Amino acid sequence: MTGTSEAARRADENLHQWLMSDRPRSRRQAAFGRAYATWRTFARNRLAVVGLLIVIGLALTAAFADVLSPYSPYIGDLRTTRLLPPSTAHWFGTDDQGRDILSRVIFGSRITLFVVGLVAILAAPIGLAVGTLAGYSGGLIDAALMRITDIFLAFPRLILALAFVAALGPGIGNAVIAIALTSWPPYARIARAETLTLRQADYISAVRLIGASPWRIVWRHIMPLCVSSVIVRVTLDMAGIIITAAGLGFLGLGAQPPSPEWGAMIANGRLYVLDHWWVAAAPGAAIFIVSLAFNFLGDGLRDALDPKASK
Amino acid sequence: MDRGSARLLRSSQVVARFLVVILLTYLGLLAVTFFIGRVIPIDPVLAIVGDRAPEHVIARVREELGLNKPLWEQFYIYVSKVLHGDFGRSVLTSNPVMQDIRRTFPATFELATLGIIIGAGIGVPLGVWAAVRRGGIVDQVVRIMGLIGYSIPIFWLGLMALVVFYARLGWVSGPGRIDVVYEYTLAPVTGLLLLDSARAGEWQAFGNVLSHLILPASLLGYFSLAYISRMTRSFMLNELGQEYIVAARAKGLSETRIIWRHALRNAMVPLVTVIALSYAGLLEGSVLTETVFAWPGLGLYLTNSLQNADMNAVLGATIIVGSIFVGLNLLSDLLYQMLDPRTRAMVRR
Repeated sequence: MTGTSEAARRADENLHQWLMSDRPRSRRQAAFGRAYATWRTFARNRLAVVGLLIVIGLALTAAFADVLSPYSPYIGDLRTTRLLPPSTAHWFGTDDQGRDILSRVIFGSRITLFVVGLVAILAAPIGLAVGTLAGYSGGLIDAALMRITDIFLAFPRLILALAFVAALGPGIGNAVIAIALTSWPPYARIARAETLTLRQADYISAVRLIGASPWRIVWRHIMPLCVSSVIVRVTLDMAGIIITAAGLGFLGLGAQPPSPEWGAMIANGRLYVLDHWWVAAAPGAAIFIVSLAFNFLGDGLRDALDPKASK
Repeated sequence: MDRGSARLLRSSQVVARFLVVILLTYLGLLAVTFFIGRVIPIDPVLAIVGDRAPEHVIARVREELGLNKPLWEQFYIYVSKVLHGDFGRSVLTSNPVMQDIRRTFPATFELATLGIIIGAGIGVPLGVWAAVRRGGIVDQVVRIMGLIGYSIPIFWLGLMALVVFYARLGWVSGPGRIDVVYEYTLAPVTGLLLLDSARAGEWQAFGNVLSHLILPASLLGYFSLAYISRMTRSFMLNELGQEYIVAARAKGLSETRIIWRHALRNAMVPLVTVIALSYAGLLEGSVLTETVFAWPGLGLYLTNSLQNADMNAVLGATIIVGSIFVGLNLLSDLLYQMLDPRTRAMVRR
């Protein structure tokens, strides 16, 4: 028995040695070693691990919403289950249409994940492209692009998103577009700053000497190095994005009823809040926990991926 | 060229660049709102005449509205109208939008100002304390308050605060600015009800206004406090590590004096810009807060207009809030340059 655990310990030790090696013998070893070192820095921050677990939990909840939710999120019994306080049958109580709030919160995680993912997919590449292009070309293009970025940065985000949604019409898709349109400027700033330091690097001069086109240099050699700091910033922004989306939902401009979007649920709960506080309480708490998790995760990612900025 | 005129040239260049930035930013704001007004799917002509109007009526109205002109000319007309304070009429209230904004703005101003007083008044000392006793309990509290401030939806916290402090405990008055009993007893001089009631000596009304105001203002104050205290902490830590602090200690100055007179005074320079920025943020935060507390300010006006697709009012309110936001942003930049003695010396000479 002791023999096997001894062997397992030694195998662990060997794996650790292999991963931490200063002289990796293959590309694969170097890549694994790098990932391992990043993970060790990340895991040292306990709150960051908690954040990661909550975000994974959110993804699993969204994936298995059908299995997890005890009742239908859309149909309730108006005669018997209207506005019931939290109990063992309905953990978070029921709303004005007799729907189980826990089930609605569970299904709402899908919408939150959808918003977060889509904004990241839309806004991060815009910021990355604008920033690297401005930083690498310099001169007039740089000045023009950064002026536009500054103008967007100077605006109040929520107000601008409100005006966009007003023009596009309410709905979750338009809310996502409005939020994405207002959230790319910080990413452009970061990508530009990174590009400015990178373009002077020797390896860029080497690539240029070989004869790579500017597009290729930006696309293959600069952008990949900007990705990690943009990812950090996007993760830290997630809380703000979730809260803005919920705010739009709360004002009736985001997801429309009967969609179980958390902000819209709070807006519905607001009508009964003085006598039936639980209708608004659960979705708000869900927003709070998920936002907090993204903040923890972002802090941890910053320490692990971007050691310069963590001071 | 001698040195004096070279300096003058440089400082006038700074001012000129600043003016160009202001101009471009405002032009950008107007371009975005103009664009938003144009992409709205409802045709403004059809909204006026209805979709069964004959062809020549549609053409005439289109001409009257100036929609047949080229886009740049429309933009020019739009800009000159906005600069004259003409945002058109609100469909919802049938008043000129500017008049509505003037009526609702004092309520928002009163709320946000009390909010920033609470936020800065508590946030700055708290941040100083956290920096001085680094790693202590206050430091932890500041950290946690900051995290909560970044993660909690303001409208939800407002609702829950209403449930606890209004419905359960009965410590404060509920939604609205003032009880109906007092509503028409006050002559609207400044529009700021606290000032108006104090001027008239109506202390009962003053108490009532305060009990309505205190909860939403504290809420906004909390969000600026969370930000201001964190920033104060990091600025103070930066100052306390400087050599002049060591020199002051070596001279034998008291620790209180070193912290409040020496370190904080230098930390104030970036802090002023942070406070100006969070004041701008409160104007934005008031949109959601006003909805929760039925506060008859600019934010509520904006959201009501949004829900009724009243585009003139939406764009007017957006431009006003955006202008104030941009203005405060730029002002904080300018303040930073003026308050820092190093740049001030350069500009003055």
